[in-house]
Amino acid sequence: MTDVLAITDHRRGDLRDVSYEIVTAGRQLADETGGDLHLAVISGTVDDFAEKVNREGVDAIHTVDYGEEFNHDVYTQAITQLYDDLAPQYVLAPNSVNGLDYAPAVANQLDLPIVTDTIDLETDGETLIATREMYGGKVETTNELEGPAVATIRSTEWPKAEGTGDASIEAFDADIDEGAIGSTVNGFEEVAGGDVDISEADVLVSVGRGIEEEDNLPIIEELADALDATVSSSRPIVDNGWLPKNRQVGQSGKVVTPDVYIAIGISGAVQHVAGMKGSDTIVAINTDPNAPIMDIADFAIVDDLFDVVPALTEEFQ
Amino acid sequence: MKILVTVKEVATVEDEFEIQGTEIADQYLGADLNEWDDYAIEEAVQLQEEGIADEVVTVTIGPEDCEQTIRQALAKGADRAVRVWDDALEGVDLLDVNAKTEILSAVVEEEDPDLVLTGVQAGDDSFAATGVSVAENLGFQWGAVVNHLEHGFDDDVAAVRRELEGGVEELTDIELPAVLTIQTGINEPRYASLRGIRQAQQKPMNVQSLGDIGVDESAVDSELELTDMYEPESESDVTVWEGSAEETASELGDLLRDKGVAP
Ligand SMILES: Cc1cc2nc3c(=O)[nH]c(=O)nc-3n(C[C@H](O)[C@H](O)[C@H](O)COP(=O)(O)OP(=O)(O)OC[C@H]3O[C@@H](n4cnc5c(N)ncnc54)[C@H](O)[C@@H]3O)c2cc1C
Repeated sequence: MTDVLAITDHRRGDLRDVSYEIVTAGRQLADETGGDLHLAVISGTVDDFAEKVNREGVDAIHTVDYGEEFNHDVYTQAITQLYDDLAPQYVLAPNSVNGLDYAPAVANQLDLPIVTDTIDLETDGETLIATREMYGGKVETTNELEGPAVATIRSTEWPKAEGTGDASIEAFDADIDEGAIGSTVNGFEEVAGGDVDISEADVLVSVGRGIEEEDNLPIIEELADALDATVSSSRPIVDNGWLPKNRQVGQSGKVVTPDVYIAIGISGAVQHVAGMKGSDTIVAINTDPNAPIMDIADFAIVDDLFDVVPALTEEFQ
Repeated sequence: MKILVTVKEVATVEDEFEIQGTEIADQYLGADLNEWDDYAIEEAVQLQEEGIADEVVTVTIGPEDCEQTIRQALAKGADRAVRVWDDALEGVDLLDVNAKTEILSAVVEEEDPDLVLTGVQAGDDSFAATGVSVAENLGFQWGAVVNHLEHGFDDDVAAVRRELEGGVEELTDIELPAVLTIQTGINEPRYASLRGIRQAQQKPMNVQSLGDIGVDESAVDSELELTDMYEPESESDVTVWEGSAEETASELGDLLRDKGVAP
């Protein structure tokens, strides 16, 4: 029997969606060999969080009431102690920015192998088969790990667990060594405010690194003008300072759900897709027929954007 | 202050490619400096130019072929490079996080820097775990996904911003010595100047075997075995419009009019 310990994610008083997804992933893995699914709820309003994630399939919830917000040292200490106590076969963590801030440390401390950003997990009790992507999503791979392991799961790959569970909820008395806490979180700041709210737009003309230079941006703006649409972008455009942060679509930018999303010279990296896959209709303009964006696009033009975009603008002028 | 920057040469894949077994066939692969590492190098070099860092050293796990990429980092201003390679690494198709941790930790111990900067992730294998793993292994402090670093370092503390999801940043103080994994956008990486490129040829590159750095060969036995590689299945049934740019643009134009979102 392979027991699974899955870690929930929260920020500023709210559980993040991946906390419910990890219940599904953990349950699936535990089910394959009839093991138990343990959840850890660390820091914040743990009792309230525990009630919320007590969904179908959870066997036990362990709360660690220490501090308000995420601190990786607290997480690392609490999880390694829970591991020693429960001896699960697998530790699952979200592949969130915070998950990536503690899961590798937990693996290293416990001397376990780690596999990150998994999109599927399977086990026969001994071997973990993890599916993940490489090369920016161009290929998928399967990877085998023997014995106990740490895995992080990509968000939105597993459905959120539903139903009310009857897990035991117990406070775990973690022995947190304050002397070993070497970082202090002083607060949060929202960035990306400003004049335009791309999440309100019905049509987004979204530009990526395929545009090559800032000087080429006007062809995108002209198209947006002709369509009465809003310009958004992938991250490199914002990193380069060509557009302000409030135009960035994606995991670290904004989530958008327009009627039509036109992805121009955007490869469709997972962190970008996280922000736009809820769009009603997705159109990709890309020279690469194998770009990951093609996997979620409804319509595609496999061609040079410098030819297609001006032709399209002309249609509407 | 001494800064160590991890620099990786990543494999890039052409638009059209073929998979052979668990690898992309060689002829479709290129090589490049890892995008995230480029920002890490820039941050270190800026700290040096401001007189905060005395020395910037790069460390790379890779064969002789990747010296060109390492020279790029040197051309941008790093002082010297360490490259670790060994016959034992030759046949490994995917070096896992623990193996990288062992090797990089050994170099960090030898160099004894105050600050280690790594990229958030490598563009090819995308583990995004090595920096934090190295930190924990050495008893250093750390911060993952850092998109701003205050250059003051008051009281030996790195004041950083960690970029969380959804446009929220976390303001965090991290005691040195520390490993920070650097996110793109933290700065504007420079292009190497011609002078920099010339100078880079003269900068020291120290090639070390596993034995040299005191790492046992068994440490590189990856605990993670790559068993299959394939092209992902498409989630949608994409309609690909064919024809000249005018024809495809007109198809898209019709779609937008049909949807009532264009004039
Ligand atoms: C923690 C983290 C958070 C991140 N958050 C975000 C985020 O919020 N948003 C985001 O977008 N990214 C984010 N990223 C970055 C992400 O991983 C990718 O690096 C990024 O999305 C790539 O942007 P791109 O598609 O524009 O560029 P590329 O991946 O370089 O793709 C360019 C595309 O343009 C095509 N192209 C090139 N020339 C032409 C042409 N002439 N005509 C047509 N097509 C052409 C190419 O075929 C390619 O598909 C994040 C990464 C990390 C690690």
